[in-house]
This record gives sequence, structure tokens and C-alpha cells, in this order.
Amino acid sequence: MNADLVVFWVTAPLSVFAAVAMILSRNAVHAALWLIVNLFTLAVLFLVLGSPFLFVVQIIVYAGAIMVLFLFVIMLLGVDQQASLRETIRGQRWLAVVLGLGLVAEIFFAVRLGLGLSRGALPDFARVNEGGNIRALAEVLFGPYFFPFEVTSILLIVAAIGAMLHGRRRVQDEDVIDMPAAAE
Amino acid sequence: MRTPISFFLLLSAVLFTLGTLGVLLRRNALVIFMSIELQLNAVNLALVAFSRQWGNLNGQVLAFFSMVVAAAEVVVGLAIIVSLYRKRRSADVDEASLLRW
Repeated sequence: MNADLVVFWVTAPLSVFAAVAMILSRNAVHAALWLIVNLFTLAVLFLVLGSPFLFVVQIIVYAGAIMVLFLFVIMLLGVDQQASLRETIRGQRWLAVVLGLGLVAEIFFAVRLGLGLSRGALPDFARVNEGGNIRALAEVLFGPYFFPFEVTSILLIVAAIGAMLHGRRRVQDEDVIDMPAAAE
Repeated sequence: MRTPISFFLLLSAVLFTLGTLGVLLRRNALVIFMSIELQLNAVNLALVAFSRQWGNLNGQVLAFFSMVVAAAEVVVGLAIIVSLYRKRRSADVDEASLLRW
């Protein structure tokens, strides 16, 4: 029993438990907090898989920025509303669970056939990460993946402008109280 | 590193399925959105595991790009949910039935 197997068997059940708790919690804030636990466990697994850069990015971007955005929107919409768990389409719940189990079984057999559950020798990852994971990743990112990397900056600008346009409140005349004409 | 890669892939499959179930079972638009995030993260885990399996960094770069796209998607999606809430006073996806036949 070596160290990373122990880490896997500690974090993997915690990750699955947090995901189940997220789906089943009625309160949206509780769901968001369980999702943060799940994101942290996934970050630890990234570390086990030899990617310290994605470990840090996962915590900063997902558990930090994105979850703060989620909580902010939850606060904006009101936290006191409890979600109704009633079924609107009859039999939808059972059908969803059965199809979900089918999906897991399918992927299980695909992995079993493709990789097997054997402990085959993995390639040496220390050679790939020579000079640090961040340096090695930068050489790939700014080498063959340079053009897609630049395109993502356009994507982020477009997303920011789009969100601004969506979130803008249409200003009605009677809403404006600090206009000079309204003050008279 | 002795943990077989298939363990990570199976965990990824389970998390992806839980995300799918969340999308199918929940009615609150915000929780549905969180479930989509869970699915994206499950796929990221699979990508990083593949990167480990093949001994190169392409999978990690793809996971990085997927995080960027997820960030953009969250920003736009949450803006849509906020504007939907302004119109309907509810974040329930059953209420948004304007385009239903």
C-alpha cells in the first residue's frame, strides 16, 4: 500500500459523497458548499496525477472565482427559497437513475476492455515534468498550442461583454431619481 | 505512482453520471448549472489521467483550456439566469416555458 493509493482511497469516496450530497441538498447554498468540497478533492487528485499547476489553477479558478460567482448569484436571487423536489414528469426520477446506472456500467466496461484494471507500468512522468511542471506546460502551451491560447483571450472578452449586456438593467425613466429633470 | 489509471477513469465516470443525474433530477437552474460544472470537472479528471497514461502534457493543456471555456460559460450562464429571474421571479426551469409548444 503506497502513499498515492492511500490518497486516492481517501479522496475518491469523499469526492463521490460530496457530489451525491450536492445533488440531494435542497438549499442552493449547501449545494454550492458541497461542490467546493468536490472541487478540492479533484484538485488533490490532480496533484496525485503529477500536475501541480492544474492543482493550483483548480483551487484558484474553480473553488475561488467560479464558486464565489455562484454564491454571489445565489445571494442575489435570495437564499431563503427552498427547492421543490416534486416530479413534474411522471417516472422521470426512476428513469434518470436507471439510465445513469447504465451509463456507469457502459463506461466501466469500456475502460475494462480498453485499459484493463491491471497495474501496468506507466511511463516515467518525471522526465516529462523536467524543470518543473509549470515550465514544461508553458513549453507546450506557447509552442504547438499558441494559436488556441490566443483565441481563448477573445473568448473571455466576448463572454465578459455578453454577461454585461445580459445583466444590465433597462433604465426606465421613473427609476432614475438623480436626473436633473426628475429633481425639479 | 502505483494507482492504476483505470481507477481515476472510473471515478471520473461516476462523477460524470452524478452530474448527469443532477441535471435530470433538479429543477433549480442554479443547481443544474452546478451539476454541469461537476460534469466538466469529471471530464477534466479523465483528461489529466490520460495525460499521465501517455506520458505527455497534451491532456493537461486540454484540461486547462476546458477550465477557460468553463469560466466563460459560467459567466454567461449566470447572467442568463439572473435576467431570467428578473422576468419570472423564479429560478425554476419549469417556469421558463415561453418557447414550449
